[in-house]
Amino acid sequence: MLAEILQSLPQVLVDGIALGAIYAVIALGYTMVYGILELINFAHGEIFMTGAFIGVAMLILMTGMGWLAAMPAILALILVLVVTSILTGFMGVGIERMAYRPLRNSPKLITLISAIGVSFLLQDLVRFITEYKRGNYILTGPSMFNEQFSIKFSSISSSFSDAFFKTSTMILIIAVVIMMIGLDFFVNKTKWGMAMRAVAQDRETASLMSINVNKVISLTFFIGSALGGATGVLFAVQYGTIDPYIGFILGLKAFTAAVLGGIGNIRGAMAGGLMLGILEMFAAANLQLLTGGIFGAEYKDVFAFAILIVVLIFKPEGLFGKAVTEKV
Amino acid sequence: MSILTVSNLTKQFGGLVAVNSVDMTVEKGSITAVIGPNGAGKTTFFNLITGVYQPDNGNVQLGSSSLVGLKPHEISRHGIARTFQNIRLFSNITVLENVMVGLHKQLKAGIVGTLFQTKKVREEEQLAKEEAYHWLEYVGLAKHLNEDAQNLSYGAQRRLEIARALATKPKLLLLDEPAAGMNPRETRELTEFIHRMREDLDVTIVLIEHDMKLVMEISEQIFVLDHGEKIAEGKPAEIRNNVKVIEAYLGKSAVTPA
Repeated sequence: MLAEILQSLPQVLVDGIALGAIYAVIALGYTMVYGILELINFAHGEIFMTGAFIGVAMLILMTGMGWLAAMPAILALILVLVVTSILTGFMGVGIERMAYRPLRNSPKLITLISAIGVSFLLQDLVRFITEYKRGNYILTGPSMFNEQFSIKFSSISSSFSDAFFKTSTMILIIAVVIMMIGLDFFVNKTKWGMAMRAVAQDRETASLMSINVNKVISLTFFIGSALGGATGVLFAVQYGTIDPYIGFILGLKAFTAAVLGGIGNIRGAMAGGLMLGILEMFAAANLQLLTGGIFGAEYKDVFAFAILIVVLIFKPEGLFGKAVTEKV
Repeated sequence: MSILTVSNLTKQFGGLVAVNSVDMTVEKGSITAVIGPNGAGKTTFFNLITGVYQPDNGNVQLGSSSLVGLKPHEISRHGIARTFQNIRLFSNITVLENVMVGLHKQLKAGIVGTLFQTKKVREEEQLAKEEAYHWLEYVGLAKHLNEDAQNLSYGAQRRLEIARALATKPKLLLLDEPAAGMNPRETRELTEFIHRMREDLDVTIVLIEHDMKLVMEISEQIFVLDHGEKIAEGKPAEIRNNVKVIEAYLGKSAVTPA
């Protein structure tokens, strides 16, 4: 049994990192907003989904006009990524402005309900527009970056088999790494990043240090949503077909990843996302084997979430979170 | 010349009048103390000046501009900085970064410039670091620059709060119980430090304090609040002998011999 698990390990890792990278970037959006407002922004998964739809719509449009064939595919993708992230970024800012800011001083639960409302609204809005334009709310983008590669793990040791991946997987991983490094630099080294951390720790004191708190909160939503939207595009390119409901379960898992890493902690969200992705893929590949055929691959979520529960029982603040100690 | 003019300032919380038509004029370059028993409305008074609360009535004027209706970050830009009765540092970031937050307003970098990391932005961030370091030297915390603020000793945290406030280049510095929890030696050092700040930095200082020795020694003008009302104002010697003040602190029996 161990030999078989080992055989499939390289492929599990490649697929797990790709999926985990997506969880990680979405988890960043949850964790940033939570850090600054203590709000679980349940609409964030839907921003990811909307990003995927905007991206695919643009790609389809560009194909129709013959642009996609005329320019290098990677250039087209970068263009789509930039435009989508700007659009979803502003969408995030608008959502905060209209649905959360008026409720800033009401109990946290009220804002949470508002977030769930926004989430349904976006799902149905995207579904309506897509169905209206295309007659079907399930959308398949133009096929891009489908070349297969393999890494010859078998040449390292015969107990591994080769791992296969598509060009899009590589692009996905590279793009995510760039986004993460960029964000980490922004938050830790720049004036606005510092303002963000100050507001997250103590909003009132930050404002007394001449930081415009509302501007910083808008900025946080912009960045989180821009990253989420861009990830949506990458997701659509990687997995091909999208529907308006992909944001729900993916958002839930990304939220889980954020909690796993310690919510409010940016590096924690990155690590949590990758871990969850790899665990899930591992479960998908090996669950049948491990349980002697009782559970199939479709139970992978149970496996991943069971591990989450175990982690939280022993380390409730998450893997990278700091335990909050009461001052005495 | 007066720098801060407060007139008829009133704040109510439900039925409680926390600050009741208080008038106050603070001279530029002076050291002024606001004293009063617990619950007299001193901190509320500070919160009204810094925009944390909006007054129900009255006016607060810094120099020639009114501050009423402005948000705290706008008031801070006008040149008022403060420290807190209960230390409120950004405890999970470093000592240096705490001071750099105070420099926020003078950094011109917009969000776009920050995203593209233009040369100008990078130079500016470097200068900010140096300036923050300068403030740490000024309050004597330079060797702790990379520690998390929460790991500093209590007295050091108080000084860091002052450094952070000074970084905003205030015209008016409000200190809320700066000597709370300090031993006599630390209090003496603080007294010297407050004098030094005024000489070096051309800043007007208003402080809330319970340590009467400090208050009497340091202040040129004292305002006394009790139950939200101003009951006395004057020089330390006048306040010391003011019947109403003694009554407020010690009760009526202290003034009327039994």
